[in-house]
Amino acid sequence: MAKYDFAIAVGGAPGQGIETAGKSISQICARYGLNVFTYTAYQSLIRGGHSFLTIRISSEPVANHGDKIDLIIALDANSVEKHLPHVAPGGALIYNSDHVKEPPKRDDIQLCPISYKELTNDPDRKAKMLNVCMSSVALQMVGIDLSVLEDIIVLALLKRTGQAVVDANIAAARASYDYAAEHFTPFDVRFEKQDLPLAFGSGNTLMAMGGAAAGVKFYAAYPMSPSTGILHWMAPNARDLGIIVRQCEDEISVVNMVIGAAHAGARAMCATSGGGFALMSEAIGSAGMMEIPIVVVNVQRGGPSTGLPTKTEQGDLWQVLGASQGDFPKIVVSPTSIMDGFNTIPELFNLVDKFQCPGMVLTDLSLAEGHTTFVPDAINWQPKIDRGELITGVDQTDGEYLRYQITDSGISPRAIPGTPGHTHVVATDDHDEDGGLISDEFTNPHKRRDIMEKRQRKMEGIAELLPPPTLEGAEDAEVTLIGWGSTHSVISEAAQMLTEAGLVTNHIHFKWLYPMDEDAVNEVLSKSAHAIIVECNYTGQFARFLRGETGFKADGHIRKYDGEPFMPHHIVEGARELLEEKTDLYVPYQEIVV
Amino acid sequence: MAKRERSTRRERSVKGAPTARDFKGDVNPDWCPGCGDFSVLSALQNAYAKLGKGTHDHLTVSGIGCSSNLPGYIKTYGMHTLHGRALAVATGAKFANHELNVVVTGGDGDGYGIGGNHFIHTMRKNIDLLYVVMNNETYGLTVGQASPTTVVGEQTKSTPFGNLESPLNPVAMAIVAGATYVARAFSSERVQLAELMYKGMQHKGFAFIDVISPCVTWKKEKMQIFDYWKERVHLLEDHDTSDRAAALAQAVKTGHETQLGLFYHDTSRQSLDQMEPVLENGPIAHQPLGITQEQGDAIVQKMM
Repeated sequence: MAKYDFAIAVGGAPGQGIETAGKSISQICARYGLNVFTYTAYQSLIRGGHSFLTIRISSEPVANHGDKIDLIIALDANSVEKHLPHVAPGGALIYNSDHVKEPPKRDDIQLCPISYKELTNDPDRKAKMLNVCMSSVALQMVGIDLSVLEDIIVLALLKRTGQAVVDANIAAARASYDYAAEHFTPFDVRFEKQDLPLAFGSGNTLMAMGGAAAGVKFYAAYPMSPSTGILHWMAPNARDLGIIVRQCEDEISVVNMVIGAAHAGARAMCATSGGGFALMSEAIGSAGMMEIPIVVVNVQRGGPSTGLPTKTEQGDLWQVLGASQGDFPKIVVSPTSIMDGFNTIPELFNLVDKFQCPGMVLTDLSLAEGHTTFVPDAINWQPKIDRGELITGVDQTDGEYLRYQITDSGISPRAIPGTPGHTHVVATDDHDEDGGLISDEFTNPHKRRDIMEKRQRKMEGIAELLPPPTLEGAEDAEVTLIGWGSTHSVISEAAQMLTEAGLVTNHIHFKWLYPMDEDAVNEVLSKSAHAIIVECNYTGQFARFLRGETGFKADGHIRKYDGEPFMPHHIVEGARELLEEKTDLYVPYQEIVV
Repeated sequence: MAKRERSTRRERSVKGAPTARDFKGDVNPDWCPGCGDFSVLSALQNAYAKLGKGTHDHLTVSGIGCSSNLPGYIKTYGMHTLHGRALAVATGAKFANHELNVVVTGGDGDGYGIGGNHFIHTMRKNIDLLYVVMNNETYGLTVGQASPTTVVGEQTKSTPFGNLESPLNPVAMAIVAGATYVARAFSSERVQLAELMYKGMQHKGFAFIDVISPCVTWKKEKMQIFDYWKERVHLLEDHDTSDRAAALAQAVKTGHETQLGLFYHDTSRQSLDQMEPVLENGPIAHQPLGITQEQGDAIVQKMM
């Protein structure tokens, strides 16, 4: 099979069917068995404004939207103007000549005007089928059979709109496909249908599915971009899968409900973004104090404050590490890909159940709202489930039960309310082994020390179980790129590009962030060459965290905080400049502005 | 004074149905002598006993404040949660195991102040809980500031020139917000209070009792505050508890007189857990974890 790496982008105003066009093209590729990753740059608007969706199609699995765009579908005149420079030389731009009278000026690309009016005879000035027309043209130019688009039109529209609309759309698709065959030069790239069709989904969807697989029985949320996708998957699937899904009055209620449900024995989860997470902070500490296992997902967006609701950032690391007052055991994990998002949820639930503490998933818009194709069998619907030392059902005591029994591991067997013989009170005030308060009448510094040490001992057990990062790539590199969470794929690709260009580069990537086993991590870091930490925030939150935990000081930093995710070339250029200019900070320039 | 030592927490074996004594906790309340909350605790122990379930079948949830220390003084499963958050935690617990009898206790600052948002929405959703608020019109544990129910003109630590703000009317608020069992009680009328609690536990839906539970420390009347209240309260009589408008009309009456009793009882609405098909197979806390391969395959199929 010939290797290829091709990107189609769709630009237009929300309401013009960009998502539909993007989803259709991606779904068609998935059905063809092609690897796809999509990313949508959009604005916090329902109608109007501008969106730009990039669909990267590759012969290899892809997990970022790449560097170049070969074919742009411009649904409106604004997109032509805005994105004309973004078409790679040799690429093409499809636009509607009804609205763009003056042909765009570029002689190194193919300009593909179509007239919506002529192709459809549609008197509707809203041009509702324009996305279908342009998608058909694009498919023709890359050699994909029209019948797949027709199937998808039927699937998407038949139930909702009826046969007449389906027929009109199919007619428009055919007319456009034929027009393209006659007037435009097809690309050399040919997408051949593979034997196995692929599935297609977003990071939010895969995390929600991971929750279902992990045995989440209670999910609560307050809508907040860009985490709402998890709610939007949980809600319609709830009844089939036996999950209680509640939308609450605020995030404080969300996390406290989750704590109540978890204490009563259900695996319980919630998701939000930075602002909602801030509201949850106090309760996360209470889960640590009461030793109740919960999972909280923070899908980061640009901060501070309400910030950039539809843009990405890795700016909440310190918020999550420092959430809530006092010291308490906690686990922080940052999935490294959409598929890893699925696996992370059951992994984290087993840990929080075992160690009876809050677990936080720290991801961001680029991963959660990014979409990828995947092999259906790659989903493990039967992950290992370990609920730890849980007491349910019959009376196992001789009349004495200490909820917070002091043990070597710090783990005390946990009885679920309703279990005979184990009544106890859990409290957010500090307490003795039996749950009695040591905060007021019975204050006792020695008991306080014992119970604090008991709780914190759990961190040693957790740290032992969390795998340290591994060194990916050549051992004898000149440059080591270090990253965390969602940027795995883009850093990995940049390392490969640098290596191929002669600057041998390897990569260390962190998924499990906290607790960090200092020795194990230092062992890996000791193999690094000229170390550059790549992250999506202004102050280098991870660089400071890593230095605090391990004493490791990086040689350079690449940081992006403009709201858009890294493209591989940003990191490649950053690494070169840091080496050549002997500076220690590079901030890439974002060329695609939406 | 030497500190009292607590006995080791030990669940006494109970033969037959537990009595009120069996609901006595290992720790004696550290409330001020004479506090109204003692009677509320005692009434709750009686109501639990009358319900006839085991001590482990109840979950008592509270927030923070003097009265929120109550779960430590009672022998059931208990949660002493954050300030203002008891209703949210209790809702989650109820959904995880709707077979538990979940009772929420707390004070006016906890429930009507910092927890006000949850108060409104838990009533609106008609969650099957009994919520008992020990309303003493003050923040006691923080040594006597104005609360959401402190009357106009009252001098407190935070309102030394007299309180300018109007108190909220919790009974009227509950009727309007959608609670389906709404009562007011007085801690000194313990028999009536226990009966209202018992019926509130039996009610399927959100049962709310605002209990006048006087503070003997931060009110200037001190121990005479009981006389102040005894002179004002009288039983709500000749009232149709199924009539929401009549209940509201009674609740908004303000002035010297304060009625005690059941204002509103709506048996026509289902509680949220009753409306939830997912709970038809029993508590989710008892269900097997995860989903089947067939369910998973069907999910992935829809993504293709």
